[in-house]
Amino acid sequence: MRGQYPKGMSADSVYSRLEPLLPLVRKPVQYVGGELNSVIKDWDAADVRWALMYPDAYEVGLPNQGIQILYEVLNEQDGVLAERTYSVWEDLEALMREHRVPQFTVDSHRPVGAFDLLGVSFATELGYTNLLTALDLAGIPLDAADRDISHPVVLAGGHAAFNPEPIADFIDGAVLGDGEQAVLTITGLVREWKAAGRPGGRDGLLLALATRGGVYVPRFYDVSYGADGTIGRVAPNRPGVPRAVAKHTVSDLDSWPYPVKPLVPVAETVHERYSVEIFRGCTRGCRFCQAGMITRPVRERNIGTVSDMVRQGLEASGFGEVGLLSLSSADHSEINEIATGLADQYEGTNTSLSLPSTRVDAFNVTLANELSRNGRRSGLTFAPEGGTDRIRKVINKMVTEDDLIETVRTAYANGWRQVKLYFMCGLPTETDEDVLAIARVARRVIQAGRQATGRGDIRCTVSIGGFVPKPHTPFQWAAQCGHETVDARLRALGAELRANRSYGKAIGFRYHDGRPSMVEGLLSRGDRRVGAVIRAVWQDGGRFDGWSEYFSYDRWVRCAADALAGTGVDLDWYTTRERGYDEILPWDHLDSGLDRDWLWQDWQDAIDPAGAAEVDDCRWTPCFECGVCPAMGTEIETGPSGVKLLPLEIVRSGPQ
Amino acid sequence: MRFASHRDTARVVERAVRRAQLPIAYSAGFSPHLRISYVGGAPTGTASEAEYLELALTEPWDAAQVRSRLGAALPAGIDVVDVFDLADAPPPGPVGCEQDPGRAQAPGSGAPPAGRLGALRLEASRWEVVVPGVTPAAAASAVAEFLAATSVEVERLTSKGLRRMDARAAVVTLEAGPRGTDAAGAACATLRMVVRHTTPAVRPDDILTALRQLTGLVPSSPALVTRLAQGPLEADAHAGRTPADQDNEKTARLAAEAAPVAAPPVSANDQLPRGEQGPGTDQRAREPDGRLPECSRPSPTIETPRPRPAQPASPVH
Repeated sequence: MRGQYPKGMSADSVYSRLEPLLPLVRKPVQYVGGELNSVIKDWDAADVRWALMYPDAYEVGLPNQGIQILYEVLNEQDGVLAERTYSVWEDLEALMREHRVPQFTVDSHRPVGAFDLLGVSFATELGYTNLLTALDLAGIPLDAADRDISHPVVLAGGHAAFNPEPIADFIDGAVLGDGEQAVLTITGLVREWKAAGRPGGRDGLLLALATRGGVYVPRFYDVSYGADGTIGRVAPNRPGVPRAVAKHTVSDLDSWPYPVKPLVPVAETVHERYSVEIFRGCTRGCRFCQAGMITRPVRERNIGTVSDMVRQGLEASGFGEVGLLSLSSADHSEINEIATGLADQYEGTNTSLSLPSTRVDAFNVTLANELSRNGRRSGLTFAPEGGTDRIRKVINKMVTEDDLIETVRTAYANGWRQVKLYFMCGLPTETDEDVLAIARVARRVIQAGRQATGRGDIRCTVSIGGFVPKPHTPFQWAAQCGHETVDARLRALGAELRANRSYGKAIGFRYHDGRPSMVEGLLSRGDRRVGAVIRAVWQDGGRFDGWSEYFSYDRWVRCAADALAGTGVDLDWYTTRERGYDEILPWDHLDSGLDRDWLWQDWQDAIDPAGAAEVDDCRWTPCFECGVCPAMGTEIETGPSGVKLLPLEIVRSGPQ
Repeated sequence: MRFASHRDTARVVERAVRRAQLPIAYSAGFSPHLRISYVGGAPTGTASEAEYLELALTEPWDAAQVRSRLGAALPAGIDVVDVFDLADAPPPGPVGCEQDPGRAQAPGSGAPPAGRLGALRLEASRWEVVVPGVTPAAAASAVAEFLAATSVEVERLTSKGLRRMDARAAVVTLEAGPRGTDAAGAACATLRMVVRHTTPAVRPDDILTALRQLTGLVPSSPALVTRLAQGPLEADAHAGRTPADQDNEKTARLAAEAAPVAAPPVSANDQLPRGEQGPGTDQRAREPDGRLPECSRPSPTIETPRPRPAQPASPVH
């Protein structure tokens, strides 16, 4: 019967209990909601209700595109409502426990436990402890096995969901890949199940999701381990459940032009701009990059869609900045037309365009000039990732040092003063020399800038982090570099940069020490046994592991040792051990579309002692058969469409 | 919006101005920003019915047009009370007993804000403070004790460090107001106060700290503070006009209280002197014991009592 559900918690707003606590916590406005373009639908008129969570602080979670897209897609449907929830800081967490205020949505402050589904989007594995806080505060049993029909179905999504085994105990299911169509399918199944009188109870719903919804439900797969600690077998334990669960891919992104009405917060957030995904997927084949691998094939939005989305998004939000997002935006087949067209349309309106993630070899001055025409000319960022040509071949980021220098020289000559260069430390086959070479590259960059401009105030920042091998990439078999080695190389690099007086002040050096990367490694390539570690860390007070002020390496090491005692495996086993071809990896039963043998061959090509082989970009050169397109029945969808943007009829407001 | 900081509110306004497609002017320079200026934002945690800001436009627009466009674009929780062209701005009063530039400034009183908004002479604010868990009798007795004191020093930690200020000196009037209700709906006392704008600013929080220090008055949960009005302490309708401005600047007054009032609070508007159209000045501010303040001029701008808007049934954001 509509509106009636088994005894569970009331869905009434908890705001009257929350409000008195707000003056006692930091940044209370983040919990109040009421953002422009937030949607509050009638609770009783809906038959399927979603709570969507980004498991980090509001300032990080609100701008997240994934959640905003699903929020709109779901709220557009009749009879469906979606509200949002984020991690609360520990000051409010303590007060909520004391005053028995449950985890709430910011839209109408309803308890998360009253919803049918809780969808959590994980961009990073470091959000796992925050998941447990949210479940606990919501009154949802941490163990999926302990939940009954009154509790929401907890689903994980986002890139980390491509290996959800470490949180298998805590989630009911995981959705791999694009969420737009998947959440609608899931909604349909929930509605059907309710209308039929909830056959099979909670188990019946999960079975329907697993067999007909493309949802990975861990409880329907048994995992056994061998004497050496590796996985013996992963197999379904129910008929109808697929041996391997495939990811979801949305074709024709032009038909899904979300978000249309972006959320505009009152509180300060990390991105204050309207973002458009100009394409999904990536064709470059950088071997370390999980995002590029798992989001294939490339699907572009055409220039008309992008322009419409920008216009509507700015009208609906009033933001002064537009972000053109993708994994490698300068690779879009119409990027020059898009950048020039948008810059023309918004001339004189003080709207900045930004293009995060531009590859060195796709950068061009025209593009950069168009992007900065209307706004600030701040810094340019490039990600060479490796310090020598040799190591860059290993990771398949084919840019020679000379090309890099030429590109930054052009940038400086055209007025940029600040260049940021991203690198990684701990890549497979890396030597001390590869990392030290970064200093040489940085010095050449400064030199080139000084020569090109005749100025002495040229600056460049080197930013370097530890490499973590990721599932569904050619490097998924690699041994992660131990943190002692990483830290030693970083120290040496820092010393080398400072050593040269005439460049020392011009080169900024930012780095993270190697230890958090080991924890990321444990969580990225972990299996179900790692769940006990996460629980132990959480019980010990671990929260907000993505924030350096909160992350405690010692706590993770201690809890890992305790929780894994007697299992025969430990932190090192999960991180610094190289895997072999025959080993069953914890995510082998999750299908990203990539052919496993192709990945293995690419791994061998990378570490070939004779020198790594390069793989071309399949957008422009023939297919190199990574397996995604035949497996998924998809093709890359790119332009150009040949369309040019027309001027807009908008009010011009200019300076003075 | 009660929990929004001044910077949060400023961002909300900026985006609304852009959505409304007002012909807003931008500053020159490397990083242009919208030319919207504020005078003394309300502290975080307070609601307000009387915030003032100034928009610089590049074309002359009718104030009513600005008002309707901006009002439509602003989100729930923040409303435009009125918009007027600063060229028509009410003139600054002739110097009242406290504002005569010929006299030495009283210690602790700040200079009136510079710029055109300064022409409005936002010299003091009237606040309402709901104090949960405090009876009207306890409030009245604490008020009497406070007013009898000659000075009450309090400390507050600011971005510039620990600052001491005399809470008593900044208070022009303080009285126990009508019965109020706290967030949970229980009856409690309210306080009404008129506080001079000083540097450093003395906030209602500081007055509450002073009351606590002096009389032991402590609310059972955080007080709810609302700014009801801002304006000159003394007013004369015929003071000098602001020079006409080439840019045709407007001033929009904002009400940041979420209460969905049927009509804009009439009194907030009326409290601003409008030359010949100034409101009647029958009421005069008095100390709780009936004394008139030393200065004998009437002060219509702050002390005119106004009808309270209906309290919203739903929680105030």
